[in-house]
Amino acid sequence: MISATTIRPIRSGFSLTQYLTCLNGIVWREALRFLHQRERFVSALVRPLVWLFIFAAGFRQVLGLSIIPPYETYILYEVYIAPGLMAMIQLFNGMQSSLSMVYDREMGNMRTLLVSPLPRWFLLSCKLLAGTAVSLLQVYAFLLIAWFWDIAPPPAGYLTVLPALVLSGLMLGALGMLISSGIKQLENFAGVMNFVIFPMFFASSALYPLWRILESSPMLYYVCLFNPFTHAVELIRFALYGQMNWIALAVVGGCTIAFMVGAILAYDPSRGLIRRGPAGGEA
Amino acid sequence: MTATDAFSAGQNTQDIPSRPAAAEMPALSIDGVSHSYGARHALIDIGFTVAPASFTALLGLNGAGKSTLFSLITRLFGIQRGHIGIFGHDVAHAPGEALRLLGVVFQPRTLDLDLSVTQNLLYHAALHGIARRDARVRSREVLARIGLDDRAGSKVRDLSGGQMRRLEIARALLHRPRLLLLDEATVGLDVKARADILNHVRQLVTEQGISVLWATHLFDEIGSNDDLVILHQGRVLAQGKVAQVIADAGGSDINTAFMRLTGSTAQGGSPSS
Repeated sequence: MISATTIRPIRSGFSLTQYLTCLNGIVWREALRFLHQRERFVSALVRPLVWLFIFAAGFRQVLGLSIIPPYETYILYEVYIAPGLMAMIQLFNGMQSSLSMVYDREMGNMRTLLVSPLPRWFLLSCKLLAGTAVSLLQVYAFLLIAWFWDIAPPPAGYLTVLPALVLSGLMLGALGMLISSGIKQLENFAGVMNFVIFPMFFASSALYPLWRILESSPMLYYVCLFNPFTHAVELIRFALYGQMNWIALAVVGGCTIAFMVGAILAYDPSRGLIRRGPAGGEA
Repeated sequence: MTATDAFSAGQNTQDIPSRPAAAEMPALSIDGVSHSYGARHALIDIGFTVAPASFTALLGLNGAGKSTLFSLITRLFGIQRGHIGIFGHDVAHAPGEALRLLGVVFQPRTLDLDLSVTQNLLYHAALHGIARRDARVRSREVLARIGLDDRAGSKVRDLSGGQMRRLEIARALLHRPRLLLLDEATVGLDVKARADILNHVRQLVTEQGISVLWATHLFDEIGSNDDLVILHQGRVLAQGKVAQVIADAGGSDINTAFMRLTGSTAQGGSPSS
């Protein structure tokens, strides 16, 4: 009975250990879900490999590349598009994470996360970090296969690219989270493919250098230049060769902060950008 | 020590708010709360309290505003007007302190079907900052208590509807809350599963002093000694002990009292209704 219990006042706030426990739990759950969805892992790898093995092989003879930083000599087209494909993996992963957030919201799982007593900004940040961690697994698996295809950056590049991948993963994940807050039904998510993923990927420096685009269409050049995905690709490209593209870093860092703040505001119950109604069947 | 004893022992040091008069504070206080979806008013200036260690039934038809109220209490929605307090902690201004005292079972299933029973519990524990080792101990305790210890490694997808509900209740109790909200927790279950869950929740009140707000549209889930709040079209029409509400409404039982108050035909009384 309650009268027989010992009353212990609750501590105010949460300790660092509790925050870390929460972060660990969210990353662990994302990793478990990823491992349970083997098809997702396979398709995440097949997509860039198709581009690498088929598209790049075909375009190698068509598209000439001059020597542009960070490369110090002529390179194969496959080598050029590898950073773009790494970013593509993260782009799809970010959108996949947001898709799973919409799914979780429809299925009700999202409530489990959102009624946690820890601050909501922290929970959403954990979710972002978890998605980024999953994307890193995919990118390094891709790099391993690409190595057998003679796409071998300097050994140190595998390490120096890691911070760039974390930052670009966070940016693309935050963008996906922001988008997910505005999507009310899973069916609407197909539009994300058409209006976000494809334009971001094709209007970037992932497949062709910007100077090539400038030659063909100045307007498209500026579209690509203002596309944050372009800067994610360049950040990865330079980091893979142990160099820093400061402009790309600034753009990706700035966009990461902007998208994260937007997502946190959108999921904030009192300041949410999205006015929420009751779920189906509830009132 | 039996599993039940072990669970009860774990409750002996209960986390309650660090307020001087915490013991006298209502477990839940709703004061002047209104909420609308655009032009549609879902809740209109409602107010009631849930006493500590009590079972309070929130009775209302589908669409009365019960789920909206739960979303406000759990901070899924922002509070547009009014105040909600959990053991004296304002949900809007001190959500962390309020939510850590709260366990919730929502109307739709919120379990991760692809994870195992234990994994679902460990995930919930992590979201409350409970260390893994402690979480494992608590998981075993709550699973033993609800009779699912032999299904600890099973995928949730393989459980029956009743087992899932019991698991959700166990999950809601894992962080040892002082207030438990259940929103239409027995919907879709057979008669025996409904009775088991209701009995289990009532035991939590009498044995562990947990306060319960039980939202339902079924009259036969309300006991004669319960506290009762009748919510209809976003307004609280009556509140008090069941006998008092019936007497005030001039009815002979809950069914007739409800009809007199709302002008509605009977909705509850059988699980199919």
